[in-house]
Amino acid sequence: MMFECWQLKQLFEEGNDVNIFVLMKRTFDTEEKISIVNGKINEEGAEFIINPYDEYAIEEAIQVRDKHGGEVTVVTVGSEEAEKELRTALAMGCDKAVLINIDDDVEEQDQYTTAKVLAEYLKDKNPDLILAGNVAIDGGSGQVGPRVAELLGIPYVTTITKLDIADGGKVTVVRDVEGDEEIIETSLPLLVTAQQGLNEPRYPSLPGIMKAKKKPLDELELDDLDLDEEDVEAKTKTIEVFLPPKREAGKILQGEIADQVKELVQLLRSEAKVV
Amino acid sequence: MARKVLTLAEVRDGSLRNVSFEAIAAAKTIAEGGEVVSVLVGDQVQAHANELIYRGADRVVVIEHPNLKFYTSDGYSQALKAVIDKEQPEGIVFGHTALGKDLSPKLAIKLDAGLISDVIAVEEAGGNIVFTRPIYSGKAFEKKIVTDGIIFATVRPNNIAPLERDESRSGSVEALAVEIKDLRAIVKEVVRKTAEGVDLTEAKVIVAGGRGVKSAEGFKPLKELAEVLGGAVGASRGACDAGYCDYSLQIGQTGKVVTPDLYIACGISGAIQHLAGMSNSKVIVAINKDPEANIFKVADYGIVGDLFEVVPLLTEEFKKLKVHS
Ligand SMILES: Cc1cc2nc3c(=O)[nH]c(=O)nc-3n(C[C@H](O)[C@H](O)[C@H](O)COP(=O)(O)OP(=O)(O)OC[C@H]3O[C@@H](n4cnc5c(N)ncnc54)[C@H](O)[C@@H]3O)c2cc1C
Ligand SMILES: Cc1cc2nc3c(=O)[nH]c(=O)nc-3n(C[C@H](O)[C@H](O)[C@H](O)COP(=O)(O)OP(=O)(O)OC[C@H]3O[C@@H](n4cnc5c(N)ncnc54)[C@H](O)[C@@H]3O)c2cc1C
Repeated sequence: MMFECWQLKQLFEEGNDVNIFVLMKRTFDTEEKISIVNGKINEEGAEFIINPYDEYAIEEAIQVRDKHGGEVTVVTVGSEEAEKELRTALAMGCDKAVLINIDDDVEEQDQYTTAKVLAEYLKDKNPDLILAGNVAIDGGSGQVGPRVAELLGIPYVTTITKLDIADGGKVTVVRDVEGDEEIIETSLPLLVTAQQGLNEPRYPSLPGIMKAKKKPLDELELDDLDLDEEDVEAKTKTIEVFLPPKREAGKILQGEIADQVKELVQLLRSEAKVV
Repeated sequence: MARKVLTLAEVRDGSLRNVSFEAIAAAKTIAEGGEVVSVLVGDQVQAHANELIYRGADRVVVIEHPNLKFYTSDGYSQALKAVIDKEQPEGIVFGHTALGKDLSPKLAIKLDAGLISDVIAVEEAGGNIVFTRPIYSGKAFEKKIVTDGIIFATVRPNNIAPLERDESRSGSVEALAVEIKDLRAIVKEVVRKTAEGVDLTEAKVIVAGGRGVKSAEGFKPLKELAEVLGGAVGASRGACDAGYCDYSLQIGQTGKVVTPDLYIACGISGAIQHLAGMSNSKVIVAINKDPEANIFKVADYGIVGDLFEVVPLLTEEFKKLKVHS
């Protein structure tokens, strides 16, 4: 009898395990100075980071796993250099990492490409929950999350600030809609994209960093996914990258504050012509 | 090459958002003489159809259904897919709003299409339709073209000039019956935080406060200045996090992206995430007591000083100007 109880409990817990995936992008740190060399953004010596919105996704994934059980796999489509950011995600607490390196196979890549590759990888992994960032701070389209969900045929909710998963797979989400809040009910399997405010991402701890070195980090190529270059061919193309015209150095007004204010109003009226 | 182009109109608080008209203007450029068809989706929205014609649409298709009362990606994509199947357009334009951002990638997959998001300019050049969009948090820009399939784009509010309103224009308004079902995510409740009527993304003048405003009370002089200028009040994340104002006022990467004619930043340091939401403003004024503050780097005009001294003086000065003119 006791044995049966224990068995049942284990079955129940296993049944509850959440199979979690995080889509992570390695991005240029846009706090850095940006320059263009040979028509491209100069990446030489630039600082790269985990896309900040993906940090919220990683943190949430870890919290869901710690509460409900399961496993967190962090996936990125990128070059070998992204190993560094994947190790950071493992050090934060993800269990496994996957790098899909299509550098050698694909010349032009857009959101269509990235989403197709990610969905192809995910389609036979039975994900219960997929978390992405709501937008990448460099590319800035916010397309990849919803595209992946649609390719997998699962629902999605974007820009979430709260996630509650009840036993049985019912999910309540709070979504930020231009400052208003929507309370949404949905269910697993589900893809969500993280908005700032969802949580406070942890820093990797020293033991976390040590453990991360031993955690699995698999590398895949297009071939491993049964995809050809034509299957993921970009639908759009960047034909030019440029910096904004140099703003003339702003005018810092001088003198008594009252006079500065008068001068400002005059300038806005006659020079800038906006009032 | 003449193209048929579809646009999605957006209704908020019972009126059409301006971005609906800006999408029509963008669609005209893409259409190169072809037909522009605006789509109205919702629960009782038909009354807005004529306005879309006045703003440049050649035809309007209306899809009404009780399940379209709240936006859901499932519901709206069923509606849009039905019009697209029927109309077979060669181009589609949405606003890059919460709705447009959420819906467009899903439709792009359904159409096996590319998508150019957050566009601030559209032009015909060298036989291509060329889109300009900000990248790297607004620090750079790229020009993109569609190389395969339908031309699909979302346009950032307040960047593409709408066409002149013309009440003499006429065009057909058709209702399309679509069954909207099997919604997998249901909106249970909408908690409104924004004041009705104020749409920061459409404001011509924004007076924004940061942590330097120091309290909820501290926003009062900013509100007075905004009022005199017929503008709206915005805020930095710093001010929202400190509880001085609601998150619905937040401007930046996480908040609203705005492009007013005049942006007055008061007690805002100018972090990159804030700049990403406002650096495209036509004219930027910074008021900050720290001469080294980053915000001065993007400002056209700056006053180094205490905002509590400067802002009320500015309000007075603008009031005088109003009396004179
Ligand atoms: C080798 C290479 C070549 C490229 N060439 C081009 C090019 O020619 N033209 C062009 O326009 N772009 C190019 N890109 C950029 C790339 O296509 C886009 O950056 C990418 O598709 C994501 O789009 P986004 O930045 O708009 O992300 P968004 O859609 O804004 O990202 C939202 C979220 O999706 C997820 N996500 C995004 N990207 C990835 C990823 N790579 N892996 C895992 N999750 C992700 C993250 O959770 C992210 O927070 C290239 C990138 C690489 C690595
Ligand atoms: C992923 C992510 C997303 C983010 N998204 C956003 C976003 O969308 N929007 C956003 O704004 N931030 C965002 N942030 C936060 C951003 O990094 C900054 O922390 C924030 O913008 C700072 O707000 P602030 O300028 O009001 O505050 P502070 O940086 O503290 O600046 C206050 C300024 O007020 C000045 N000041 C103080 N007193 C006075 C006075 N009496 N008179 C005049 N000046 C005075 C000070 O000199 C100082 O420059 C984001 C951060 C992250 C990590």
